[in-house]
Amino acid sequence: MHLVPFFAAGDASLLSLSRIDLVIIALYFAVVLGIGFYLKKFASTGEDFFLAGRKMTAWIAGLSFISANLSSLETMGWSAMAYQYGMLGAHAYLIGAIPAILFLAVVMMPFYYICKTHSVPGYLKLRYGEGPRSIAGISFSFLTIMVSGASMFAMAKILNLLLGWDMNVSIWVSSITVAIYVALGGLLSAVFNEVLQYFLIWAGSLLIPILGIIHAGGWTKMMETIQRNAAIIHPTVSNADFTSLWRNLGSFDSNPMGIDWFGMVFGLGLAVSFGYWCTDFLQVQRVIVAKDLRSAQNGTIIGAVLKMLVPIIVTIPGLLGLAVLMNADGSPMVLVPESDPRAGITHRTYNDVLPLLMGQYLGPGLLGLGVTAMIAGFMSGMAGNISAFATVWTYDVYKPLIRKNAPDAHYLSMGRWSSILGVLISIGTAYFLFYFQNILDYLQVLVFFFIVPLFGAIILGMLWKRATPAGGFWGFLCAILVSIGMWVYVHTFPDGYRPQPKVTLSRGAVINLEKGPDGKINRIVVEKGEVETVNVSEAGLAAGAVIPPLIKDRKGEVVVQVLAPEVVLADSKETTRFGVEGVPVVLGTEVKARSATISHKFAPAAFNPDHARRIARSEKAKPMAVNMYSAWWSFVVCVAVTILVSLFTKPKPDAELKDLVMGLTTLPDEGPCPWHKKPLFWATVVAVVLVVVNIIFW
Amino acid sequence: MHDHEKQIPIWFFIGCLLAVYGVLITGAGVYEWLNPPPPEKMVKLWHYHADVWWGLGLLVFGLFYVVKFWPSKPESLTGRLPS
Repeated sequence: MHLVPFFAAGDASLLSLSRIDLVIIALYFAVVLGIGFYLKKFASTGEDFFLAGRKMTAWIAGLSFISANLSSLETMGWSAMAYQYGMLGAHAYLIGAIPAILFLAVVMMPFYYICKTHSVPGYLKLRYGEGPRSIAGISFSFLTIMVSGASMFAMAKILNLLLGWDMNVSIWVSSITVAIYVALGGLLSAVFNEVLQYFLIWAGSLLIPILGIIHAGGWTKMMETIQRNAAIIHPTVSNADFTSLWRNLGSFDSNPMGIDWFGMVFGLGLAVSFGYWCTDFLQVQRVIVAKDLRSAQNGTIIGAVLKMLVPIIVTIPGLLGLAVLMNADGSPMVLVPESDPRAGITHRTYNDVLPLLMGQYLGPGLLGLGVTAMIAGFMSGMAGNISAFATVWTYDVYKPLIRKNAPDAHYLSMGRWSSILGVLISIGTAYFLFYFQNILDYLQVLVFFFIVPLFGAIILGMLWKRATPAGGFWGFLCAILVSIGMWVYVHTFPDGYRPQPKVTLSRGAVINLEKGPDGKINRIVVEKGEVETVNVSEAGLAAGAVIPPLIKDRKGEVVVQVLAPEVVLADSKETTRFGVEGVPVVLGTEVKARSATISHKFAPAAFNPDHARRIARSEKAKPMAVNMYSAWWSFVVCVAVTILVSLFTKPKPDAELKDLVMGLTTLPDEGPCPWHKKPLFWATVVAVVLVVVNIIFW
Repeated sequence: MHDHEKQIPIWFFIGCLLAVYGVLITGAGVYEWLNPPPPEKMVKLWHYHADVWWGLGLLVFGLFYVVKFWPSKPESLTGRLPS
């Protein structure tokens, strides 16, 4: 039996803002709107609106490229990942990004740039034909709107939880602001705000790791504390090493993710990373709009350098959460996943790690800047998706399928209106998520369903001229179906999934807590009120009965969880709340008990370990490990099917593949270039730095 | 038609915003230094007065960008014009 440390979640609002904080936030809104109005006159053609006039310098392109990815969902999400998985969370910024970004810069960018495509689906059309483009265009339009709506909803929810702001106000204020500045300035506005957001995120976040490391007593001390606290905070992986990048990847049970080096290298480093960075149009759009090919390539490499710096403001705060977040009694604060029944009732969640640190270190003014950075991150995430939606919708869905030969002004107008329409649909999505919040958990996975197969199709199309349109189409489609199939498979429970047994004490229930000499709860006696149980045998719920700390299940004994969101202590009449596991509960004679038995054949929030083992090679695989392996298999299927079908179908003639495939593309002569401006030189430098960083934190 | 040569560079906007933030945050930090909040309301490591030096850092950084990318110079919105 183990006891989860006693913890009360505190007040409803985590942070409270002063007047100076509100002034800082208001200033941000004024500036982004001002920029939007200012830029309207510079977006007078389709090329200006959708591609920012193809005039971006390398620095702007690089900053925008990385900033489009650095949304608040990303910073908060990956801080949470570092809290959950330790140092392994940093892989998303190292092997999970840098090789792919360098590959995009050196190998793929020339093809995207020279064929002058408006979008990644546009490249698919040129290379394979209308079929793959339509699948990619429609699925991408759908996903961008979903992600934008999710961003909006997540922002509203987070601002509500952190600051107590009304969710409707957050949704409408942010979306109207985004609609105005994207509809006015198009991609130019989105890019400008992304660059601005990048500076704000660093200005608002860098103090947290600096102060946190000082507070923890330095880097080495912090690592020692993490390893000590992790056993208490993450008891199911108490033997795992939380402080290494590679040393702990020799076996599945020596790290908190339940993954091995193969899954990390080929799942994250190849499939997920190359899929995301090389073919997600939201990213690629930022650099294909550079003023020339060399700027596009150097901008991408600048993006790689900036990406490598992000763990400082994302991974380190997540690690700090394991070291410096303490309860009032000095015990480590335990945060739980969003899916945990205690989340938001008695415990804060993983996603709160960054806001908790903000509240701990940032005073008036700095807190306003931190919250502004968060809002800016959400809004630029929305704007990035909306501008990408407007482009793909106009060029890859509307133009080829609805109105083929209209003047440029018509498509410009369509771009502006589709931006506004995109925002309105996003608002609808955000409200939809009010009722179906679970969808948020799967949205990121949904994105992987499409981008990994897309990468498989595109990379073969670029590097192998024998790849045929039929091969590309079937490879892409089969890989999407396999991705979805794997996802359904790992969440399917042929024998039924039974959530952990749980006892919830109703609000206002009167209880007695019997504690041991160490202050921990040994027994809970409920004197009055109601008790709800889930998956606890109904037979033992009569008045005077004792609900045991452990219950026998098909697979052995399972610990019973007890939640008390708001109860009254019989002796002191004080109101309290807590969440514990493995503690017997005695039901008094005046207590009403209700029970429910829950069993699902399909549970999207839970992983079937037997099925996960077949995909991720270990029963210990955590969700992230399963996602990485799923991406790898999906990539393998895409490549295998594309090659197989291509061998039996007719390829396009060479003349039609000019400037689209390696060997048939002539790079433009951009004049003499000194060695220190050559993309290949800088890509090599960045690759060497990546290796050194990995060795240092091995 | 638009004229990119007359556009204000993004760096100028960033400089302005960070400089104003620097002034506000430094001001708030100095005020708090002179009028310390009760201990239970103090943030951790309050005695380092991070807001004062961080605000000053933002101010210096912002002013540097404002001066360097002042709009009267012939620069394009998206960066320097080729010479």
